[in-house]
Amino acid sequence: MQNDAIILPIIVMACITFFTRLLPFLFFRGKKPPGILDYLENNIPPMILLLLVIYCLKDVSWGQSPYGMPELISIAVVVAVHLWKSNALMSICAGTILYMVLL
Amino acid sequence: MDTMKSDQLFKKAFLSTVPVMFGYVPIGIAFGFLLSKSGYMWYFAPLMSILIYSGATQFLAINFFINFAPFPEIIVTTLLLNLRHSFFGLSLVKKFSGTSFVKPYLIFALTDETYALLTSIDEPEGVLKKRYYFFISFFNHLYWIMGTFIGGLLGYFITINLKGLDFALTALFVVLSIEQYKKVKTWKPFIIAFVAGLFSLFFIPSEYMLLTAILAGTSILLILRGKHHNAE
Repeated sequence: MQNDAIILPIIVMACITFFTRLLPFLFFRGKKPPGILDYLENNIPPMILLLLVIYCLKDVSWGQSPYGMPELISIAVVVAVHLWKSNALMSICAGTILYMVLL
Repeated sequence: MDTMKSDQLFKKAFLSTVPVMFGYVPIGIAFGFLLSKSGYMWYFAPLMSILIYSGATQFLAINFFINFAPFPEIIVTTLLLNLRHSFFGLSLVKKFSGTSFVKPYLIFALTDETYALLTSIDEPEGVLKKRYYFFISFFNHLYWIMGTFIGGLLGYFITINLKGLDFALTALFVVLSIEQYKKVKTWKPFIIAFVAGLFSLFFIPSEYMLLTAILAGTSILLILRGKHHNAE
């Protein structure tokens, strides 16, 4: 998209993000939320985040060299560093730098 | 007397947000840099931070822009990605009562980190509460705007080849997925995402891939809950 074309998407995303933050204040003024919300609260965020990881891989050409290996190796390194140090910034930097080297 | 208290409050609020500053400024710089390097004017980064103020959403927005993502996909993905904020708010309905005119801003600025701070500090009494909450929310917002502003400028004026830098987004989502696992301690949503995601990755045109995967995954989640619920 061109510079001008991103203004509308930005406004839409801003409105939706605010809406998600506003929602409980509109509906649950002290009322107890129904059980299905607990279920969705626990399950939707992790599902979405892993889907976003997969979404980021949509332009990888799996059928030809290097067969998505830079992506898969870098992801593995991010996971390893994060399990080791639990420092988000460090994990992201390590994976990204490695990916840029592998490319 | 009241101004004195207010100064102390300001300082106290600032000190409690310092850790957030160390988190927001570097990530903000990374975001601004990436947005500028994707070909957008430097001022879009701080503009997005002022209006949207959600790290994951803003990073994802870059993907939307460069891929000409259709509006339904932008809307559904943003909605579901940010749905966790609705759950944050549930536990703050009481806490935010009596914050009068700053309440809309407190709600707007409710990020993961601000939520964590607001729910873990001891609140001052009475009239000072709303100021204290406002300062904390506002400082955090300011760090994010500043970081993305600096990054936007850097990306715009520095010309170096940074092929592959966009992997930072993938890495961010990997890290957030791990953090989610630590919290929910169940594989179910990840298995569902893996199945729905891989199916969409290989069989759905890329512009509808994410939307399809989200709708499929959410349906599976609801069907599984229905079964579980009936069995009980």
